Amino acid sequence: MTESSSRHVLSILVEDRFGELARIVGLFAGRGFNIDSLAVNHTLEPGMSRVVLATRGDDAVIEQIIKQVNKLLRVRKVNHMVGAQHFEREHCVVNVRAAGPKGEEELERLLRLTGGHVLAHYTSGFTVELTSTPDQIDSFLDRLRPLGIRDMVRSAPIALAKPAAEGEAAAESAA
Amino acid sequence: MSSVRVVSNAPSSARGSDRTGGPKSSQRPVVEPVGETMRGARIVVESLIKEGVDILFGYPGGAILHVYDELHKCSDRITHILVRHEQGAAHAAEGYARSTGKVGVCMATSGPGATNLVTGLANAMMDSTPLVAITGQVATTSIGNDAFQEADIVGITRPCTKYNYLVKDVKDLAATIKEAFYVARSGRPGPVLVDIPKDITAHEFPFVWPDSVDIPSYKPTMKGHPLQVKKAVDLITKTEKAVLYIGGGVVNSGAAPEILELAERLNLPVTPTLMGLGSFPPGHAQSLGMLGMHGTYTANMAMAEAELIINIGARFDDRVTGKVELFARKAKKIHVDIDPSSVNKSVKVDLPIVGDAKTVTRQLLDALPPDPRPERKEWWDRLRRWQKDFPLRFRDKAEVIMPQRVLTELADITRGRYICSTDVGQHQMWAAQYYPADDPRKWLTSGGLGTMGFGLPAAMGAAMAHRADPVLCISGDGSFQMCIQELATCVHEGLNVKVIILNNNFLGMVRQWQELFYSRRYSEVGMKYFPDFVKIAEAYGATGLRAEHPSEVRAVLEKGLATPGTVVMDVIVSKEANVYPMIPAGAAHYEIVMEPEEPAQAPEPRELA
Repeated sequence: MTESSSRHVLSILVEDRFGELARIVGLFAGRGFNIDSLAVNHTLEPGMSRVVLATRGDDAVIEQIIKQVNKLLRVRKVNHMVGAQHFEREHCVVNVRAAGPKGEEELERLLRLTGGHVLAHYTSGFTVELTSTPDQIDSFLDRLRPLGIRDMVRSAPIALAKPAAEGEAAAESAA
Repeated sequence: MSSVRVVSNAPSSARGSDRTGGPKSSQRPVVEPVGETMRGARIVVESLIKEGVDILFGYPGGAILHVYDELHKCSDRITHILVRHEQGAAHAAEGYARSTGKVGVCMATSGPGATNLVTGLANAMMDSTPLVAITGQVATTSIGNDAFQEADIVGITRPCTKYNYLVKDVKDLAATIKEAFYVARSGRPGPVLVDIPKDITAHEFPFVWPDSVDIPSYKPTMKGHPLQVKKAVDLITKTEKAVLYIGGGVVNSGAAPEILELAERLNLPVTPTLMGLGSFPPGHAQSLGMLGMHGTYTANMAMAEAELIINIGARFDDRVTGKVELFARKAKKIHVDIDPSSVNKSVKVDLPIVGDAKTVTRQLLDALPPDPRPERKEWWDRLRRWQKDFPLRFRDKAEVIMPQRVLTELADITRGRYICSTDVGQHQMWAAQYYPADDPRKWLTSGGLGTMGFGLPAAMGAAMAHRADPVLCISGDGSFQMCIQELATCVHEGLNVKVIILNNNFLGMVRQWQELFYSRRYSEVGMKYFPDFVKIAEAYGATGLRAEHPSEVRAVLEKGLATPGTVVMDVIVSKEANVYPMIPAGAAHYEIVMEPEEPAQAPEPRELA
């Protein structure tokens, strides 16, 4: 954690009310913090939303970010996802040409290797998807590139603490 | 209020919380009388009255007409003060809040009315002043349509309020206002805005005032962690060269008596920030005076040389720390703050205690060993030497009025017993140095935001709550013109506001920086035309007085204070007096500059912050 500006994932539990996401995002903009990615959805608890947000900064900046987010009135809890104590997944969907038998073969090999799927195929190519870690998605896309990517979309990563580590992660940043 | 029906006791605005555990069959509905049905506008007024609001400051307009109609009907139970500009309403509410300890209330219509409040809200945010702003909004059906006088005030004020609300349903109105007051005054206080569309103020609903507020995600920490308190006591009792550095948190929590007790039991030197002035008796033998950019030599050197700094309710503002890397490098630092995000924000501290200043100081007192009062002889000898060698001083002149002279005379006449507001600039720093406010709620100044124009409306707000004594407003010829229109309000209300303008025909503080750091290139700081403030006062129906010669100062001040009603004293002071001591921006405490013996030579240029 001595790296001056490393990536950090925060999982924010916030009341699902008008304008609360704007408060979180506005806080980052107003205080000069970066948002690398942002994913928002409902939780099992009615009226509560989960925001999974990746940001960058040194330890002091991350400490300040966590405190400032915690200070938001309707934020109940901020979990700082640390190291290998959590799972992180993102999703990508790609239109790829993969022309010719060689291209198709390479695509099939890639999908088998990564656990990706074909969603549809056309005369001109395929739509494929993969759910994996951000790093794996990066490398998947790198390998697809020679096959001719026509279009691509990837989601923001979501993250969940491992059960054993949950207590620890939660204790670190109780609201 | 005759019928009875079953209602939920949970405020509807906190709906998320009562759904957390799913349906609970054991939870019995509460039976309570249904309130009288009334329109939203009346609910607003009844809610304010329930909150104990006796005075609010505002300005009517289209979107808030219904509420003003109800204010008119309820004028025997709540007093509305008509300001002359909404900025004045916000600052007046701040002056009222800071001088009473209650939540200040201001009101404005939609669009420009609401946006004119923004400076006051930002000011209250920076200085942690409890404030509730009620704004009218266009009807819910028009929101987002660029309707006449529409502004997204909730969006605009999100970063400069502690919290804000857009009320979209009349049934949420009472609970939202109740919650707004709770949020404004609890924890680290701050401004809260409630935006109410016009149709919501017309809709009818029974008025039910909730008993309590519960926000599961908002539970301010009041009590310090006992282990941290114990560690702090160990550190304090073991360290000889310690200094107690106190800020606005002491004012907000009412901790002044505990601070005095702590300081006296431990024989600690005490230095207040600009926002903490009045929290420690200025004439007390242990007071070092204010610290920071224009603080005393002794206070700043004490910070530079101390082995331990005990910060209670201050936030290591850049005007206090100077260059952070060089700030108090020899000292361990204890930081008591109710806001966890203040801890380690700019200065890394050794021992944080999150909690309320009064509660934690009491905890510290209770945990102190019954040792005799420490002598700290070596430390006090050093501090006394600094005080003797480098006191606050200025070179008085026979032919021209020195601004500091005005304030020493004022201090001599009043002994700091009157509430005093200031505007922002040189006069503010001189007032901070020389006006000996003897109570935490007698010093009203714009610290964090540095808002010119704050002084007159803030004094007005304080004067509404303190009718017996004069309320002073130290201003400058620049600042005074920024909210000058509130003279009309002061006169209309017959307020005992005594404005003292230190008139140097310059925007003095900017000019001082230009003199020191820009080789005297005076860019746009000379007021080439400035009005006759005496005539202005008279035109508004106030009394105007002027002093132009040192021999007139005392008489003008005495006459001004003795004259009933609103008085403007225009004191023509030395044009190029500077505020000293001064720690240039980005310098360290030990680089403090005292008033030069000869006319100033510009020091090395520095990057300005």
